[in-house]
Amino acid sequence: MLCSQCNQNEATVHLTEVVGDKMKKVDLCETCAKAKGVSDPAGFALADLLLGLGASQQVEQSTAADGGQISCPSCGFTQTDFKKTGRLGCSECYQAFAEGLEGVLKTMHKGTRHVGKTPKALRQVRDVSDQLKTLQKKLEKSITAEDFEQAAVLRDEIKKLQKRLSEMAL
Amino acid sequence: MKIHEFLSTPLASCERTGPHDGVVLSSRVRLARNLRAVPFPGRAKKIERVKSCELLRKGVEELPEMEGAFADSMEHLGAMDKQILVERHLISREHAAKSAGSGVVLSRDETLCVMINEEDHLRMQSLQPGLQLKKAWQSIDEVDSRLETKLDFAFSSELGYLTACPTNLGTGIRVSAMLHLPGLVLAEQINQIIQAVTKLGHAVRGLYGEGTEALGHVFQVSNQMTLGESEPDIVERIDKVLLQIIEHEMNARANMLQTKPKVLFNHIGRAYGILAHSHCITSKETMNLLSLMRLGVGQRMFPGVEKALLDELFIITQPAHLQKQFTEKLEADERDILRADMLRDRLKKVAGPVIPT
Ligand SMILES: [Zn+2]
Ligand SMILES: [Zn+2]
Repeated sequence: MLCSQCNQNEATVHLTEVVGDKMKKVDLCETCAKAKGVSDPAGFALADLLLGLGASQQVEQSTAADGGQISCPSCGFTQTDFKKTGRLGCSECYQAFAEGLEGVLKTMHKGTRHVGKTPKALRQVRDVSDQLKTLQKKLEKSITAEDFEQAAVLRDEIKKLQKRLSEMAL
Repeated sequence: MKIHEFLSTPLASCERTGPHDGVVLSSRVRLARNLRAVPFPGRAKKIERVKSCELLRKGVEELPEMEGAFADSMEHLGAMDKQILVERHLISREHAAKSAGSGVVLSRDETLCVMINEEDHLRMQSLQPGLQLKKAWQSIDEVDSRLETKLDFAFSSELGYLTACPTNLGTGIRVSAMLHLPGLVLAEQINQIIQAVTKLGHAVRGLYGEGTEALGHVFQVSNQMTLGESEPDIVERIDKVLLQIIEHEMNARANMLQTKPKVLFNHIGRAYGILAHSHCITSKETMNLLSLMRLGVGQRMFPGVEKALLDELFIITQPAHLQKQFTEKLEADERDILRADMLRDRLKKVAGPVIPT
């Protein structure tokens, strides 16, 4: 059996790992196992390797149907590169390969949407846009109620927030 | 300053204590982060890596947590220095293979270690002795919050933090603990535990050695999934699992002492005998026997001996730490002889095991 990483040497390291309810098998040669840090405590390279290989195969399958080779407009990474390395080239790759990745992420993770930490700057933008929405609703109400004094106050506040938001976007 | 001058002595690093450290050797939380505008390190050109490494290193070194830190380019670290960092579990083997365009920053107290341009632009880890995952998460979370004000991280509100490998996508978090589980191995319950834990979506693997062979009975448990669950939830879930493993390990030890005391004493007595009297011993055999002696310390079979001594011997008998004590390059068989000499010397003052009452 040939090494699934380099496809050159005889595979001597055979690994099986259970992830969720899926079994993943990887056969590696001595060199690739070492290079990938299979016994590596700090790198967690094994999990990455196992899942990475699985991921690239799935992406290939899901894109093979259309025939064409997708590549990232930002870094030029192709699905062949992804298959070879199990890694993406840049942050834009996630958009370029979005279609194929979706299924991969589903089998790999608990969900397909991020629910954890968000950078503070983004949180602030989100907060301000939420506030804006609330104010706009209030404004509509006060117009319907013909409370024009209140509406004028609200318009000023909305303008201020819109200005803050555009500054944040910069 | 050279890294070997910066690092605390192996003994000092083993004397750090934490909750449940009879079973949990250390806790670790790692975050992966990338810059938005630069390709991931595996794709970036060398000149891009050198440039981003400088920028990242500056950002990390300016952190208040990194006052008095050790920082260097991987290019300037010798092969042995890198290997020592690997043996201390501070950097990955993959990172040790890097050169120009990659770097490492290690805090003065050695609890924070940042790998620059490993697989991701930043791999930041917090390390704590014993079971202290929440503390490790809090400290690395603070570091991340400070850095995000200076660095533009690749983040999408749908997919979270974008990482080179989709396995780290979302939170970019890897929560793990290094466990010493001789009781479960001797009681042949370890495979059941591994299966149960993997069913929960976590990974368990022997830390040393390949395949099913777990040298020194040291295992690592870590989360696999990083997307679709918040960081505190991931930490909480793995913390619960670890508490259960600890309980099983302690039960296995107690049960063995009660039902098969002779088997237990035999393992530990022989381990001591070989370690204290051999003249040639491999690193593998050393790890397994030190593990049994550590178990003996936990069972009060070596009065007056701290487990820190065994943990220290575990580190200093590893190839690079052993080599460092000698100027000439050692061949493997020479190392085995010197390792045995050192063990005999260090265990001279340790009396043989007693049967606990
Ligand atoms: Zn290979
Ligand atoms: Zn790309």
